[in-house]
Amino acid sequence: MRQFWRTMLRNPGGLIGLAILTIAIAVAVFGPLLFPTSPWRMVQRPFLPPFTLAGLPLGTDALGRDVMAGIIYGARVSLLVGLVSTLAALAVGIPVGAAAGYFGGRIGDALMRFTEFFQTVPSFALAIVLVAVLQPSIVSIVIAIAIVSWPPVARLVRGEVLSLRTREYVQAAIVTGQTNSWIIWREILPNALSPVIVLASLMVATAILLESSLSFLGLGDPNLMSWGYMVGAGRTVIRQAWWITVFPGVAILISVLALNLIGEGLNDALNPRLSKDGR
Amino acid sequence: MSDTAVTIKDLKLALPAGSDRAYAVDGVSFDLTAGKILCVVGESGSGKSMCAHALMGLLPDAVIAEAGEIMFGGQNLLTLNEDGWLGLRGRRIAMVFQEPMTALNPLMRIGDQIAEMFEAHGLLTPKERRLKAVSLLREVGLPDPERSVRAYPHQLSGGQRQRAMIAMALALEPAVLVADEPTTALDVTTQAQILKLIRDLQRSRNMAVMFITHDFGVVTDIADRVVVLQHGKVVEQGSADDVLSRPQHPYTRALLAAVPKLQPPSRASRLDQPKVVEVVGLEKTYVSGGGWFQPTRSVQAAKEVSFDIFQGETLGLVGESGSGKSSIARLVMRLIEPDRGTVRLGETDLTRISGKTLREQRKRIQMVFQDPFASLNPRRKVGNIITDGPIAHGMEPATARARAHELLGLVGLNANAMERYPHEFSGGQRQRIGIARALALDPEILVADEAVSALDVSVQAQVLDLLEDLKTRLGLSMLFITHDLRVAAQICDRIAVMQRGTIVELRPAAALFSAPEHPYTRELLAAVPGQISSSKAA
Amino acid sequence: MLAFIAQRIGKAVIVLLAIVVLNFFLIRMAPGDPALVMAGEAGAGDQIFLTQLREKFGLDQPLPVQLFLYVKGIVSFDLGFSFRQQMPVSKLIMDRLPATLLLTGTAFAISLAFGVLFGTLAARRAGSWTDTAITVLALIFYATPLFWVALMAILLFSVALDWLPSFGYETVGANYTGLTHVLDVGAHLIMPATTIGLFFMATYARMTRASMLEVKRLDFVKTARAKGLRDAVIQRRHVLRNALLPVVTLAGLQAGTLVGGAVLTETVFAWPGIGRLMYEALLQRDYNLLLGVFVVCSAMVLAFNLITDLIYRSVDPRIEFAA
Repeated sequence: MRQFWRTMLRNPGGLIGLAILTIAIAVAVFGPLLFPTSPWRMVQRPFLPPFTLAGLPLGTDALGRDVMAGIIYGARVSLLVGLVSTLAALAVGIPVGAAAGYFGGRIGDALMRFTEFFQTVPSFALAIVLVAVLQPSIVSIVIAIAIVSWPPVARLVRGEVLSLRTREYVQAAIVTGQTNSWIIWREILPNALSPVIVLASLMVATAILLESSLSFLGLGDPNLMSWGYMVGAGRTVIRQAWWITVFPGVAILISVLALNLIGEGLNDALNPRLSKDGR
Repeated sequence: MSDTAVTIKDLKLALPAGSDRAYAVDGVSFDLTAGKILCVVGESGSGKSMCAHALMGLLPDAVIAEAGEIMFGGQNLLTLNEDGWLGLRGRRIAMVFQEPMTALNPLMRIGDQIAEMFEAHGLLTPKERRLKAVSLLREVGLPDPERSVRAYPHQLSGGQRQRAMIAMALALEPAVLVADEPTTALDVTTQAQILKLIRDLQRSRNMAVMFITHDFGVVTDIADRVVVLQHGKVVEQGSADDVLSRPQHPYTRALLAAVPKLQPPSRASRLDQPKVVEVVGLEKTYVSGGGWFQPTRSVQAAKEVSFDIFQGETLGLVGESGSGKSSIARLVMRLIEPDRGTVRLGETDLTRISGKTLREQRKRIQMVFQDPFASLNPRRKVGNIITDGPIAHGMEPATARARAHELLGLVGLNANAMERYPHEFSGGQRQRIGIARALALDPEILVADEAVSALDVSVQAQVLDLLEDLKTRLGLSMLFITHDLRVAAQICDRIAVMQRGTIVELRPAAALFSAPEHPYTRELLAAVPGQISSSKAA
Repeated sequence: MLAFIAQRIGKAVIVLLAIVVLNFFLIRMAPGDPALVMAGEAGAGDQIFLTQLREKFGLDQPLPVQLFLYVKGIVSFDLGFSFRQQMPVSKLIMDRLPATLLLTGTAFAISLAFGVLFGTLAARRAGSWTDTAITVLALIFYATPLFWVALMAILLFSVALDWLPSFGYETVGANYTGLTHVLDVGAHLIMPATTIGLFFMATYARMTRASMLEVKRLDFVKTARAKGLRDAVIQRRHVLRNALLPVVTLAGLQAGTLVGGAVLTETVFAWPGIGRLMYEALLQRDYNLLLGVFVVCSAMVLAFNLITDLIYRSVDPRIEFAA
């Protein structure tokens, strides 16, 4: 464990990622306490450029709403959606993958066909369709993202479990008379989890991108201000007010980048064999 | 009449900071002579492979040649830059590696890879190269050279791939051949063929050969001179005759003593004892492929296999890869299901029970696995690894821990191992932990599946002694699976020889070795390296 | 090999059928009367249209009958009628499909070519500044939302610099022909294709780099060096060829994301493809059209997967055509 943290902290990318993520979480949690005004409220004249007025560092949008407030409240939405949908995807993907890998045979085949079907369908298109049909809301977005995100988890877990199932210490557990559930929970899964953890951090990043893309297209929850929505709303006035699209986009970029960096850091820490320059 | 082809003098190869020692190779000197084979012998970590790589300029970037010289053709090879090496590699000095599967580019045909040798040095036209490739493959004894030339590596067997590697190495008629454990990954019969091939080719081309190995049997067969390495230093060198019959250094003597002899010690027959295991008519066929539009492929791993194990005896199951011996081990342990046949442990038929009954009966037959690095869960402490089994069968945790303490002592490990993780132990120590785990359930029979194959020869001898000792003390019976007849000779009472899924011969060890009946057994015995009867012209 | 292709096409057809069935249930999952859903916002007001729909899809009949009628319709390429656009859905899609194919095809080609190029460069100079720069840029482009890159590109190249047109397929009303037409389309194509291309370029660059570093450590590279081959030859013939295999696999897996990217990019650049069609369907709440585009997108992905799979199998001799 100590070894893990040491490697993790020595990785510059991972550190930067952790730092950014901590800031983002802090903003999401404490921001609304410091900026109690709802981001939907009109506070000034429309199209106020950034850095012109003291209380409005990022300017206002087409309806005079504070861009800074929008970004702070948007952080909540993005991080929440990212986290919850990933957890949901893991909750489905891990059991399906583990069962397919451990039991194999016809159960395994059936589960994998099911997984492959969801993986073949273009994920963003399916997400659009699902949110459109279920009517846009934060719940439908989370469900849609979870549904398009779980197949890679199942595939990864199945692959890991398959390879571990023939590992000699697992066979030793069978031979010493352990039950199936002991073997899965105590011998296989703890050793299968490292790549899943790496995948999970990357999935949160993808979920944030998905959510912002859906909001951009107008499929976001109409009651919640999200970064994608802000970019979408500012699109038509991009020539006059570039800041309405630029700042929320930068926020998305930084958050996703942070999570990707953390994912890479985790990968290096959990698979120490491969070093950076390939030696 | 022999000239010195290569002179290595006081070679020091430094390892990067943080390695377990400062030098991979520390002040090593020896010569390679044209027309003679020099065997460099050592255990893992002795630095022998590094010497080979230094001779080709293929040292990893982290390893630096700090001192000494390698003289070849009037130059010190250590002073060469990359351009200088390009002219030498393949053309004057060539190398054959250990793992033929990974040493060949899987996407290129064999013929093209051989033709590359000529291309690298700008020799011959493409058409000539192709013809030379075919004739080289013929020279190394590959069947149907015209077709083999167009084959991909995965379409050839291990032995054939190694022949192709040798053909590549010899293409430009180099003066020096460096062979880094070229037969270690091969079956014993294939190994014998490849050794003969190397000897013949070396003689006909008057090459100087540096042959790295850990197996003294191979040394006996082919070496003219021997260099023994330990921890990067030369502890002994001399003519093969001198080193093998009159070893001076204690390490050499210890290594030679640890090599199992092909003479089985005399053992009392146990056939009058009660039967502990009765295997009748085991059959197993592996089927792959299937579905629409696809042929199924079936491999019969076990065909009507039957044998008995009597109380207190060790039955050896010997065979090469593909013989089915590992499948039998797994069938007996019921790790895989037989298509037909029964395995009886005393009164209980192991193949007919399932679920909880099966789990309970499992404690009577336990297994020691082959790979010390894969047989222990890296995330569980050693103490837990040993106590998990007994606790699953209802033993009190405190009692289980006390028993684990006892067992660790029995296998020669310190009791504080309980709190440590597997990665803190060496290969031999891990095998001991595996044995302790197997014994924790008080089994009647122990199945050892190539339990010593992955260990260095000195460690191997220790573990074999341990197994023998435990067997006698605890009154165990053992099924010992191995590919190495020498090991089987040391430890088995009776030996069953397997070939392609069937037992071709099953006799007491002494009888098997002195008067083998089946032609395959005779072939196996003849192929074992290191027998004094093999000829070795000076 | 033909048997293999037949088998894979068969599997693809089954998957498409499954998607069609999924569509069927999705329509019924939407709140409200399925007929209203299928008619879309515009058609919901027209009683005659609604009655026609009810009849055609047997909406008052038991569920299995409805399913059968629906599937039958799709199989005969009748994807329904868009009331808003007053055209059969299949015609709408077929009109716009070539534009999307042009866009995604170009984007894919650009991303693969440059991605592999930069990845190889980074691998060759691993640990150097070039490598760090490429890796960092790849990380950034991989993290940037597609729609935002599109907007930033417009901001930079159309608004600020006025070098490139910011929307559409060709200059409206100009009626160019021949070479001028090709160049005009090209000028409109550059930004959207590069926008999509940047994300995938980053993906392929990272994969190529990692793959090359991994392959470099394999034994057969050492053998190649032992032959006295020059480094350039080794990199090209031994390392790169083997390193590209996982990249081909990755390309196949990215097909779905590529189509998704097309939806966003076509929306921002008003590129007249099926991605933009999907966006229009969203705005108009025209579910029939939406689902029709969805089916076609899935078919595109399946076709792409089949092609990449064939390419992979023909390049790697270890995999036979059976399985």
